[in-house]
Amino acid sequence: MSEDSNRTPAIEADRLCLTFDSNDGPVHALKDVDLTIEKGDFVSFIGPSGCGKTTLLRVIADLEQPTGGAISVNGKTPEEARLAGAYGYVFQAPALLAWRTIERNIGLPLEIMGISRAEQAERVKHTLDLVGLDGFGRKFPWQLSGGMQQRASIARALAFDAELLLMDEPFGALDEIVRDHLNEQLLQLWKKTGKTICFVTHSIPEAVYLSTRIVVMSPRPGRVTDIIESDLPAERPLDIRESKRFLEIAQRVRNGLREGHSYD
Amino acid sequence: MLLSCPPAWWRRNNAVTGMVNRITPVAVVVAAIMIIWYGFTVHLNAPWQIDRYEKAGTEWQMRDLVRDTMAQERPVLPAPHQIVAEIWKTTVKKKVTSKRSLIYHGSVTLSSTLLGFVMGTILGIGLAVSIVENRAMDKSLMPWIITSQTIPILAIAPMIIVVLNAVGLSGLVPKAMISTYLSFFPVVVGMVKGLRSPDPMLMDLMRTYRSSRLQTFWKLRLPASVPFLFASMKVAIAISLVGAIVGELPTGAVAGLGARLLAGSYYGQTIQIWSALISAACMAAILVGVVGVISHLTLRRMGLRA
Repeated sequence: MSEDSNRTPAIEADRLCLTFDSNDGPVHALKDVDLTIEKGDFVSFIGPSGCGKTTLLRVIADLEQPTGGAISVNGKTPEEARLAGAYGYVFQAPALLAWRTIERNIGLPLEIMGISRAEQAERVKHTLDLVGLDGFGRKFPWQLSGGMQQRASIARALAFDAELLLMDEPFGALDEIVRDHLNEQLLQLWKKTGKTICFVTHSIPEAVYLSTRIVVMSPRPGRVTDIIESDLPAERPLDIRESKRFLEIAQRVRNGLREGHSYD
Repeated sequence: MLLSCPPAWWRRNNAVTGMVNRITPVAVVVAAIMIIWYGFTVHLNAPWQIDRYEKAGTEWQMRDLVRDTMAQERPVLPAPHQIVAEIWKTTVKKKVTSKRSLIYHGSVTLSSTLLGFVMGTILGIGLAVSIVENRAMDKSLMPWIITSQTIPILAIAPMIIVVLNAVGLSGLVPKAMISTYLSFFPVVVGMVKGLRSPDPMLMDLMRTYRSSRLQTFWKLRLPASVPFLFASMKVAIAISLVGAIVGELPTGAVAGLGARLLAGSYYGQTIQIWSALISAACMAAILVGVVGVISHLTLRRMGLRA
């Protein structure tokens, strides 16, 4: 990678707006969002439902078209970035194809992108190891627990080695014990791979635990109310969540969310 | 050794109990139908029988009446055992090549059923694909497809036979076309639903992989539609048989179960009509069963819990 591309921010939004037309008049899903995400950051988007955090992620992924402002992904338009395979997307649900084994599910993007069979097999094996699912490749999705299915879907997003990982409440449907475990694993994965991760959540502890930066959003219109830099150490055992610094940051996020609500 | 086996014994015992549990309700229903059927046999055939007794001046008792109403040659309603005897006589006792063999007639109907079913399934899949992939087709085709099924098949079947005869097509193909006409419909409806069944999330997922329309079709839409296709095919094969029988009626009743029905009604051979009817019903049950087994095996092979 050249020096120049290293200095390009992963994502840059400038007064980004997105308005949906509905029967009750226009809905401002995003209004004047300014945001810069550097390469290698772990950024969480947090806010109540309707604050536009998922919409913002979908705009980055070129799954929604903004109605105003500008956004760039790796210095390109979202569409160019998508066509270049710049990001892997993890949905709220595992979204695995029921008729494919875990291996073949992870190989799906590689097949579509026309990667050779030998390389497909190698990458599938590598990513299975990365998410701790080695030995489960031949299983069908329904034979795995919910947490394992979500790990498989993360492996699928990692399979084609995109620099950017977009995650839309990936652990929202899982119970707390599984969630803690996956949070730990995700942090390790992020350290190992050095990817840029955008992570949508509505859990304050999850956001504080994982992120280097926390983007607090509020609804009607969807906008960014606060951006918090976390100075927690890179090494984060689960019990860091009881530390004073952690609770301070969590308090600031909570205040940010509360301020957003007082607009109503 | 034996002592270590109770689970196996227990399982086998359970399997037997399971069988009994499954068969009992069916047996009860069949027994009830039989009792009602025999009752009606006596009731419906009695007037003619009494008439005969009176003409011949014979003394008769209730048991004579019961016996004789179940042994008429052209009863209003034949008794079940008469139908079974007729089926036995025209399947096992007759040579397959004979014009009076039910196996011969059944195979004629079966061949046009299968041809019509295959054509109907292919046509149905083709139409469904074009409807799902093309908005204009969706708007223009669907109303016609629905309209096609509102026309009574009995009205349109002779037309199809006559028109196809005029262009030189006769025999198997026109009959199969009537089966096709009926059977493509459930396939179109089921297949459109199946091809549209993938969750919007999966469609988004394919978009993030910059998947082409063709790739999305082969890797997502088509496999997702397979369970829907089989469900439709079960309906389609049963109505294909109906179509084949209806198609045999206007051809002058040469061969096929439909021909047996028609010939039977010309000559008042009610036993023959009923035996053809029962054979057709059995054939339909077997065909639906075969599609069901193929469906089960395919879905299991695909890793779907069927």
